[in-house]
Amino acid sequence: MFHYLRGFVYISHNQKESHTLSKIDDDAWLYTISSKRKLIDFNFKEIWRYRDLLMLFVKRDVVTVYKQTILGPLWYLIQPLFTALTFTLIFNKVANIETGTVPPFLFNLAGVSVWNYFNTCLTTTSDTFKTNAAIFGKVYFPRIIVPLSIIISNLMKFGIQLLIFIAFYIYYYINGAAIHVDGSMVFFPVLVLLMGLIGLGFGMIISSMVTKYRDLKFLVGFGVQLLMYVSAVMYPLALMREKLPKIAWLVEYNPLAYMIETARFMLLGTGTFSWFGILYTLGVTMLVLLLGIIIFNRTEKTFIDTV
Amino acid sequence: MTILKAENISKQYRLGLVGTGTLSHDLNRWWAGIRGKEDPYLKVGSVNDRSTKADSEYVWALKDINFEVQQGEVLGIIGKNGAGKSTLLKILSRVTIPTTGEIKTKGRIASLLEVGTGFHPELTGRENIYLNGAILGMSKAEIKSKEAEIIDFSGCERYVDTPVKRYSSGMRVRLAFAVAAFLEPDILVIDEVLAVGDAEFQKKAIGKMQDISKGDGRTVIFVSHDMNAVSVLTSRVIVLKNGIVDFDGDTDEGIKEYLKGENNQIKYKYEGEFYKPKIVEVEVETSLPNNIHEFGKEIKFIFEIDLPYETDNLALSFQIVDEFSVPITHSWIFDADNVIKRDKGRYRFEGCFPHPKLYMGNYSLLVHLSNSKTKEKFDFLDSICHFKVQMMKTVRSEYHWQKNTCKYLEDINWQTFKK
Repeated sequence: MFHYLRGFVYISHNQKESHTLSKIDDDAWLYTISSKRKLIDFNFKEIWRYRDLLMLFVKRDVVTVYKQTILGPLWYLIQPLFTALTFTLIFNKVANIETGTVPPFLFNLAGVSVWNYFNTCLTTTSDTFKTNAAIFGKVYFPRIIVPLSIIISNLMKFGIQLLIFIAFYIYYYINGAAIHVDGSMVFFPVLVLLMGLIGLGFGMIISSMVTKYRDLKFLVGFGVQLLMYVSAVMYPLALMREKLPKIAWLVEYNPLAYMIETARFMLLGTGTFSWFGILYTLGVTMLVLLLGIIIFNRTEKTFIDTV
Repeated sequence: MTILKAENISKQYRLGLVGTGTLSHDLNRWWAGIRGKEDPYLKVGSVNDRSTKADSEYVWALKDINFEVQQGEVLGIIGKNGAGKSTLLKILSRVTIPTTGEIKTKGRIASLLEVGTGFHPELTGRENIYLNGAILGMSKAEIKSKEAEIIDFSGCERYVDTPVKRYSSGMRVRLAFAVAAFLEPDILVIDEVLAVGDAEFQKKAIGKMQDISKGDGRTVIFVSHDMNAVSVLTSRVIVLKNGIVDFDGDTDEGIKEYLKGENNQIKYKYEGEFYKPKIVEVEVETSLPNNIHEFGKEIKFIFEIDLPYETDNLALSFQIVDEFSVPITHSWIFDADNVIKRDKGRYRFEGCFPHPKLYMGNYSLLVHLSNSKTKEKFDFLDSICHFKVQMMKTVRSEYHWQKNTCKYLEDINWQTFKK
């Protein structure tokens, strides 16, 4: 209703009906925001509804990382190349680690690339709550979208790194290095997926704990680095068993060591392949992932109060 | 139809630092949970009043909030800082969960809290429209179908392919509001968006929100400090005070209730000793509580003067000054005009502006008491009885009210001729 009065418009409101408590059957509710929590609250339907957001997050991460840099996506390549080169110089040339018939540089590049995928998945997802606090504090969407998008965008990064690996592979192959692709190579994507999932699982656990206990943040940094040394990245698994049998169990119980060893087996045809290792790795990955989802779910509902 | 129902919503926060105590409290909680007992820390907790010293480490930001929202209703939530508004909004928008109680809803809730938080500075305006829309729950296809409208509404066509980091803060808000305005949730939650952006955009935003609620029949929950926006947009408000519902009902009454809660120094009172004529009390009777005045309504000024001895030629005058101490009006009462000699005692003077034209803003009084013949000054009061004029419920059709455009509005009769 508008009354024109002295050039101003006065807006009055219709009195709404009184707000009496009405009885509605509870089935009609779309959802409930409640203090009660379920152990596993994994709403796949909702995540699917937000799939566009997932892809947009992936796009954002890929596009924006190297904006306003001169070398741009080349940075994706520089880092593994230099790491592999350093490893080759230190571990193979100075420390004389034997890599069998495989050229040491290629051996290291394979290990570093695969390890890097796990590493970035873990370290970036473990920061989920902290880096997204501002947006998580304002809007609701399934929080798991963020770590999932990290896994996927890192996969693209890993893809680019794999291309450079292939280039070196061809170069060494032409130059007569004794390398061959194993038939099990077709399962390589599965292995990468497992690598990503275990990174996701650990990342979600850490990201949840870190919202309350910041101490963990400091642990992750050097923890991951220490983990690399027991993950058979720059040495073959067999070498550990042979030279340091007393602490070889550290590597043998590490599912990541199996992943890297298996990756090298698939890509370069070197090292060992064990079904036990594969099943063990699969089991641990699933366990970590499940635990990650449970803890993440519990945290996502209230983390904003403690962050 | 009831679209949303909040039942016994409470939210407890822990005060102070999260430190070494956290782990032990968590362990206690966990241990209680294992034995199937209630959280031991739920029993403690003090009422949410930021000005008093807490007697417990835990505080209830919200305590037993109950309300219902009908479909198509525009509900305002007002309250002082720290009354629990933001906490309630956070729960409504599913950012956090209540400590106890639950909210049931039949519709999808989207929130518009401090817009633009989802913006990535490196992405262009257009890319951010997609990203922000998706964050708010729209699908890519939905955004695509509304892209042109969104860009048009934001008024940022020229910059739409420029990274958002080059935007002014006003442009960011425009763009973000535009994205949210074209959301189609069943319930839209809005928090203090209108405080930003220029007057033209504010008017546009208010208009859009009226369209959303009135035209499309969507439910809106609106939290604001802007009483004008609240009074224009909503018909019902909930007033939160120290975490509890202080009032729930008609907007006009709710605003009065809310303003009552503000304790400015409303009256001037002198209680000391005096040996010459003295102003002992000054009061501005505004149309709303707490010295808030609605533009155009009758306003009264009340002065009480105590004369310790018989006095003649008493002159009382007062000025209304604006916040920069610029006098706007001057009014007076001189005994010389009335030719009286006043006995010793207390007198009350009431002056009234039947149709004040003071424009919106903050004002205060300057009061003088003197002898008009001898020029002896008895009393002088500076900057007392602060009051505020607001344009309530008034919407100018073409331009929204802007602050400081003038000090008073004059009636005018226009005549136009073609020559």
